[in-house]
Amino acid sequence: MATLPIESQRTAQIRITLNGEETDVSFAPYKTLLEVLREDLGHTGTKHGCELGECGACAVLLDGKAVLSCLVLALECDRRNVLTVEGLGADGNLHPLQDAFADLGAAQCGYCTPAILVTAKALLDQNPHPNRNQIREAISGNLCRCTGYLQIFEAVEEAVLKIAELSKRAT
Amino acid sequence: MSKQKDLPNPPAREPGANGDGLRVIGVSRRRVDARAKVTGQTRFADDISLPRMAHCKLLRSPHPHARIRKIDVSRALAHPGVHLVLTGKDLPIEYGILPVSQDEQALCLDHVRHVGDPVAAVIAREELTAFEASDLIEVEYEILATISDPEEAIATPEPRIHDYGDEGNIHKRVSLEFGDVERGFAEADEIFEDIFFYQGSTHLPIEQHAAVAIKDPEGKLTIWSSTQTPHYLHRALSKVLEMSAAHIRVIATPNGGGFGGKSDPFNHELVVAKAALMLDRPVKICLTREEVFYCHRGRHPVLMKFKTGVKKDGTITGMHLQTLIDGGAYGSYGVASTFYTGALQTTTYHIPRYRFQGCRTFTNKPPCGPKRGHGTPQPRFGQEVQLDKIAEKLKIDPAELRLRIVESSDAVTANFLRLGTVGLGECIRRVVKSSGWNEKFRKLPEGRGLGLACSAYLTGAGLPIYWNKMPHSGVQLKLDRGGGVTIFCGATEIGQGSDDVLAAIVAEVLGVTTFDIRVYTGDTDLGPVDLGSYSSRVTLMAGNAAIQAAERAKAMLAEAVALRLEVPKERLRFADNRVFDGTAAEKRVTFQEAVCLAEARFGTIGTVGSYTPPKSPALYKGGGVGPSPTYSYSAAVIEVEVNSVTGWITVPKVWIAHDIGRALNPALARGQVEGSVYMGLGEALMEEQEFRRLPKKLSHALVHKFPSILEYKSPTSLDMPDVVAELIEEPDPRGPFGAKEVGQGPLLPVMPAVANAVYDAVGVRVDEVPITPEKVMKALAEKKAGRAARFGPDHFPQVNWPEALRVPPPWEGGDGNAVNDVPRPPKPRAAKEKALRS
Repeated sequence: MATLPIESQRTAQIRITLNGEETDVSFAPYKTLLEVLREDLGHTGTKHGCELGECGACAVLLDGKAVLSCLVLALECDRRNVLTVEGLGADGNLHPLQDAFADLGAAQCGYCTPAILVTAKALLDQNPHPNRNQIREAISGNLCRCTGYLQIFEAVEEAVLKIAELSKRAT
Repeated sequence: MSKQKDLPNPPAREPGANGDGLRVIGVSRRRVDARAKVTGQTRFADDISLPRMAHCKLLRSPHPHARIRKIDVSRALAHPGVHLVLTGKDLPIEYGILPVSQDEQALCLDHVRHVGDPVAAVIAREELTAFEASDLIEVEYEILATISDPEEAIATPEPRIHDYGDEGNIHKRVSLEFGDVERGFAEADEIFEDIFFYQGSTHLPIEQHAAVAIKDPEGKLTIWSSTQTPHYLHRALSKVLEMSAAHIRVIATPNGGGFGGKSDPFNHELVVAKAALMLDRPVKICLTREEVFYCHRGRHPVLMKFKTGVKKDGTITGMHLQTLIDGGAYGSYGVASTFYTGALQTTTYHIPRYRFQGCRTFTNKPPCGPKRGHGTPQPRFGQEVQLDKIAEKLKIDPAELRLRIVESSDAVTANFLRLGTVGLGECIRRVVKSSGWNEKFRKLPEGRGLGLACSAYLTGAGLPIYWNKMPHSGVQLKLDRGGGVTIFCGATEIGQGSDDVLAAIVAEVLGVTTFDIRVYTGDTDLGPVDLGSYSSRVTLMAGNAAIQAAERAKAMLAEAVALRLEVPKERLRFADNRVFDGTAAEKRVTFQEAVCLAEARFGTIGTVGSYTPPKSPALYKGGGVGPSPTYSYSAAVIEVEVNSVTGWITVPKVWIAHDIGRALNPALARGQVEGSVYMGLGEALMEEQEFRRLPKKLSHALVHKFPSILEYKSPTSLDMPDVVAELIEEPDPRGPFGAKEVGQGPLLPVMPAVANAVYDAVGVRVDEVPITPEKVMKALAEKKAGRAARFGPDHFPQVNWPEALRVPPPWEGGDGNAVNDVPRPPKPRAAKEKALRS
């Protein structure tokens, strides 16, 4: 099958809500969500480090839950909600997590960053005031070789404060 | 959503907070490339996709050592969707990172030397098609005997893995003596002899290597690659493709982690370049994680023997270090690595007489190369653990002992390294204080312990890989009428923050913010050469070049503004996007007006800066390895908890102080220290690049034991301890604004500090890394049985060392010349290369 040109293999089609937008995509049915995001939808913000579910670099949110997109078949995602790093900010502004990561040195090479950001968002959506151990636990499936994780913990903690402040201001 | 800080780099939040009138330097800031990284917009090599792009897969050898008898690619070529199949004869010219070891071929011509050595490349419409077709290539191998470790390499001169090197399967032997070491031992009150083993480990960057090549519209070559050394890739491409370097453009994409693992020119880069030129279409390759493990170029496994003589007060009278190095299948940086295992021993403590013997062997494993600390973490581990043993025997506190013997600033060492500022004493005092050392060391309950260790590292290699007199780094600066400043430099952003270093320095000098600056780096067409992101050289070398370029631009602006404002140019200040009279701030122009005035007076404003390291203090060059403009220093105290039932080691806390000279961006500097501690703990406790033999009925090949991230254990967020990191800032005049390196040095004290802490906790010595629970349990069993409470190697094999090059140290009147001379063997490599070309 794979010897056919990729264009003629695009026999599968799904509709997903990608970063809040209804999105139709056709693709070769064997492809993972990671491959469809990067290759068929041009969303290269989501990275890969092994494509075996070991490094965590490809995490995205599927219906609000962090999943490894290299282990999810795109076909399973029909009618579902996908959030990637490209959809974190809103109204032209960065998400508080992105601001905090940028300000506090939590992104060095930046390769694991998109996955850690969405994973941290899933944590904060569930638990707006996590303690450090809960943050450690939440991102324990995302490997980072640069930072030693400490500035990542600090950035998540800073974002927690920022989000609380913003929601207080909003009410 | 936050409303404010969507600027990638807002102006310094605390201007002048560092107390010396600096507004950018010394202030923790959002780095210039941070916004791209947190939005996923940083374009890594595999994010590049071009119209008509074809995909490449390499067929790799399943055998660790074999001759290639025959390759039949006809079935692969006939496979639908395949554009091209390349084999060794398409790219026969040998290359390698060092001029003395041009021993690699992009695709092996007739000899494979490790599992994973590439023998053919398939370029096809889709990646999957290329993968399928590579299965259709038939290769006939003649299996050769496999050399699996250095001892076997010494004992087995035939079959040779390479037809060059010092002898048989010995790649390089070094023997150097600085002063009469035997006399040093005769003067000693105590002699200590210890053998240590340091296991190899790999970089494990999360980004897999990737490259995309095109024949550009003019017919020239452009390649994007995740490389730390675009300049050396440029050289290798020019050589192997027999093209003028002027017709090749190398663009180093931001690396998704490097740590030394992307510092060699790689076969896959040469292959996609060749294929793109032949097919006239873009060709891409992205390695699988398994391939990344087989590319390796990581930490050399090193067996070490230290013999050290000391006086009762701890003064060192002489040291003899021997290293036996497992190089893997190719030269890579190995000759340099060999020298590095003996080069920096003298930079921390005063060693009046020093003998170093190093031997690197070839083995049929993926080649080793430079990993963070390049060749120096191994002997530093041995030296610092031995010092802990010395302190105990002499009944001197280990911190006190080190403070007594710390080398002084500006010293020239026995092996003719000129030190810069030496902040090691201060580092030791800081960690002793912050960790509560005096209250805890040898006083914690059984199972808990504290260990101390120190280190030094280069701030840039003092000599280039290709010896020449040109600068090591260049910066071009363009100022435009809009007030924009653009920096062009060959420096390579691998995550360490080199773009931010350049922007911060130029912003500080010109009185603008880093957000006013655009940085174009890592592109051989756009910027002048910077040798690459290795040896912790970029901050000092590119930084000094940037200062020179910025000061030249500033002088032009000052002259033009002085005329307009009618004030002497010496009185002008540059700050807050203005140029103003330092004695009457209302006399001012905006920075943009200043540029316009200068352009009206001088024409287009562009300046350049370059940096060349100072000459070595003497004729002795140590194989080009060791000399550096200045050295960074670190000291660490690490606390461990050792479970005596399971041997499991937990690290609750690390205290580390790093002599950085000056932190240009303290948040990033701290990140480098913490990242180094993290990587050091991985090496200390779990990471190992280990090999095993497949069963005989299979291929009996020597394969990587864990070519997956799941099995190659590295610390996760759950394993990372709290780190108290202190930056010691005593500006070194040799560095830009006084800065020294921080990317590698802080890793070095971690491994020995853990080993020393384990001893404090449970009274056993593990003279080996990684310090695994199994080794701890074995050492505890020895202790229980009343034998030496130790786990580690017990012998150092016989090496046929050459006569030592005897260089008297400076205090014995030496000028760096050897008093004896060792004739150099002829180089058969050049002749072979010539034959291949014709």
